[in-house]
Amino acid sequence: MSESQLTGAEALILMLEKIGIEIIFGIPGGSAIPLYDAMYKVRKNMKFVLARHEQNAAHMADGYARATGKPAAVLVTSGPGATNTVTGIMTAHMDSIPMIVITGQSVRAMLGKGGFQEADIFNLTMPIVKHSYLMKNANDLPRVMREAYHIATTGRPGPVLIDVPKDVGTDLCTVSLDGDLDLPGYNPKPRSFSTETLDKIAAALAKSKRPVIIAGHGAALANADKALREFAEFMQIPVASTLLGKGVFPDSHPLSLEGLGMHGTAYANRALVECDLMIAVGARLDDRILGVPSMFCRNAVKIHIDIDDAEFGKLVQLDIRCHGDAKEVLEELQPRLQKGDTAEWLETLAGYKKKWPLSYSRRGGMHPPQVIDALTKLTGGRAIVATDVGQHQMWAWQFYKCDRPWKFISSGGAGTMGFGLPAALGAQFGRPDDLVVAIVGDGGFQMTMSELATAAIHKLPVKVFIMNNHYLGMVRQWQDMFYDERYSGVDLEGNPDFVQLAKAYGILGLNLKRMADIPKVLKRALEHPGPVVVNVEVAKHAEVYPMVPPGKPLEETVLEHPKRKKGRPRKTAAKTAAKV
Amino acid sequence: MNRSMPTHNLSIFVANRPGALVRIAQAFSRRGFNIESLVVSPGARSGFSRMTITAKGDDAGLDQIIMQCSKLVDVLACRKHTDEEVVARELALVKLAVNSAERGEVLQIADHFRAKTVDFSDTSIVLEATGGSEKLDAMVELLRKFKIVELVRTGKVIMARGEKAT
Ligand SMILES: Cc1ncc(C[n+]2csc(CCOP(=O)(O)OP(=O)(O)O)c2C)c(N)n1
Ligand SMILES: [Mg+2]
Repeated sequence: MSESQLTGAEALILMLEKIGIEIIFGIPGGSAIPLYDAMYKVRKNMKFVLARHEQNAAHMADGYARATGKPAAVLVTSGPGATNTVTGIMTAHMDSIPMIVITGQSVRAMLGKGGFQEADIFNLTMPIVKHSYLMKNANDLPRVMREAYHIATTGRPGPVLIDVPKDVGTDLCTVSLDGDLDLPGYNPKPRSFSTETLDKIAAALAKSKRPVIIAGHGAALANADKALREFAEFMQIPVASTLLGKGVFPDSHPLSLEGLGMHGTAYANRALVECDLMIAVGARLDDRILGVPSMFCRNAVKIHIDIDDAEFGKLVQLDIRCHGDAKEVLEELQPRLQKGDTAEWLETLAGYKKKWPLSYSRRGGMHPPQVIDALTKLTGGRAIVATDVGQHQMWAWQFYKCDRPWKFISSGGAGTMGFGLPAALGAQFGRPDDLVVAIVGDGGFQMTMSELATAAIHKLPVKVFIMNNHYLGMVRQWQDMFYDERYSGVDLEGNPDFVQLAKAYGILGLNLKRMADIPKVLKRALEHPGPVVVNVEVAKHAEVYPMVPPGKPLEETVLEHPKRKKGRPRKTAAKTAAKV
Repeated sequence: MNRSMPTHNLSIFVANRPGALVRIAQAFSRRGFNIESLVVSPGARSGFSRMTITAKGDDAGLDQIIMQCSKLVDVLACRKHTDEEVVARELALVKLAVNSAERGEVLQIADHFRAKTVDFSDTSIVLEATGGSEKLDAMVELLRKFKIVELVRTGKVIMARGEKAT
């Protein structure tokens, strides 16, 4: 077929292939039929995965990108098909994940007239995309597809949406597919730090006796893990990681303080309280890690390295802003560094690690940390772990130990329940040879569990562990701690039999009900060649600690659940609890 | 609360693409900034627009908005300017209901502010005035003792003095 005879839809599909998209997730519908027809006709190597819900399609594309660093495409119809992707797009946007979302749209003449399945998805999604297009002309498609990929993957990555009216898809596209980008306002490599900035950072570091590094997702996205490690080791600076920064600095490294913030380790939080210098590398310092922003690292010189200068000074007053790619900054900083003396500081922190190790309650049955611990041991931390959102997520962050970036997949900024399963499936599509594990809650799993069909059809050997506490556990924990145990809307009575459910999809289902069975059942699950769903019956009442209560500074990290006097409500639980 | 906040002049140079204006407006509205005036006009280069925005709010908030706007794909430059750095002009049209007895004083005021009479009837008069916003404020204030039927102002347009970019 000569290119001059292509329809817009065919050009779009060919362009997806040309720009390097390897997989498309989606669900068709009236306005998207030309696009699906084009896929039928001209698709060559790209894989297509029929999702069960458009939100899941977006989460699968997201998980694929988080495991591979490469964007996937989402292809849905107009109206409800498009609006169903909104949660998935927002989840990707909050966590800087590249994604190409293509939505079918009513024909051009019908735009704005409220025709069947018309939703103004271009305007609806504007605040949650990195950029977006409403196509008016089939001849713009080749350029726009190229631009979309370029924008999604460079600088601070993010989702790009392209809304394609049905008749733009059926019009002929008569221009070359090799056209140029036209992005006069876009800077793919934002960078404005100067050598003076680097000198200032080096000087501050040389003076510091108690420095801490915060490693964030940006460090992973910039592939700065090696540079970060060299920096930390050379300077002997301890490293705390954000949820999305997990693995960019090895959990097992002696300098690692692991996670920080609301459910971070007590030693990481204490280190931030006592430090005299904080240097954030690709971490946007959001409210979940700051405690009270004005009290965060109060006595420290605060340095922030980020590729997005709009993140500077949002919540925290900074001393030095360094605008650029994390890897480039660290590499250019390296020759300016003088070794500091942190021996005493590291000794103090070692004491804190001993004093306040991560722990969990052991009352009332099996606890997720026990399962997750065993998982670390069995996998050697080499599995890709995707989580859902809730208590199990925080425990997975705390207790699954991993030493590499791109291995821990979790919805951070958005905290989207239902993310875990589809994200794990997406990751498995991208990394077919890796072991992919999903750790999900019984609540969140039920939001997107229809995607078990995808696991079954594509024989994706994802191991799904449902931490079944029969509660919306994280919300219950808040109601327990801060609302005097007024449990409101958190009891998940009516949970299905997840083992039977798995079987209904032709998937192996296992029960794990006793602590003693953990090694046996885990081994069975991990060794099974196909997908597995494990229903893990865990203690119904268990809380994630440490915890920084909302509105409190990191100084007030609570270590364990306060003892409750019989008959008396646990008034403002945090007050009576042991603290860091 | 906004009233005591300083007024800022912002100039944004933007590729003329659908949605660009909405994206910029969203950066303001998301942070609770009120746009006082907004002027969009074709730039010197074809395919590009110049937006002049005046808005009230705290400095830190505005700096956030500037960074947020600057990183929009369609935005080439977004700069903040103090009143001293720029020439600023605005145009106003004022329609007054005046009888013949009042007309003389109205024309006197118009003359003082170098406003032109652009429409004239037995019962009404339309004045056109240009200048700095304060000058227009003063003129409108003086005209208030007559019956102002309609008032339209373009909002401020600004240009940096000397060789500085706007
Ligand atoms: C889509 C969505 N709805 C609601 C919430 C609020 N929320 C956060 S955690 C949580 C409970 C999650 O329960 P479950 O999936 O069972 O996990 P658990 O906390 O019990 O481990 C809820 C409802 C959310 N984060 N996302
Ligand atoms: Mg639960």
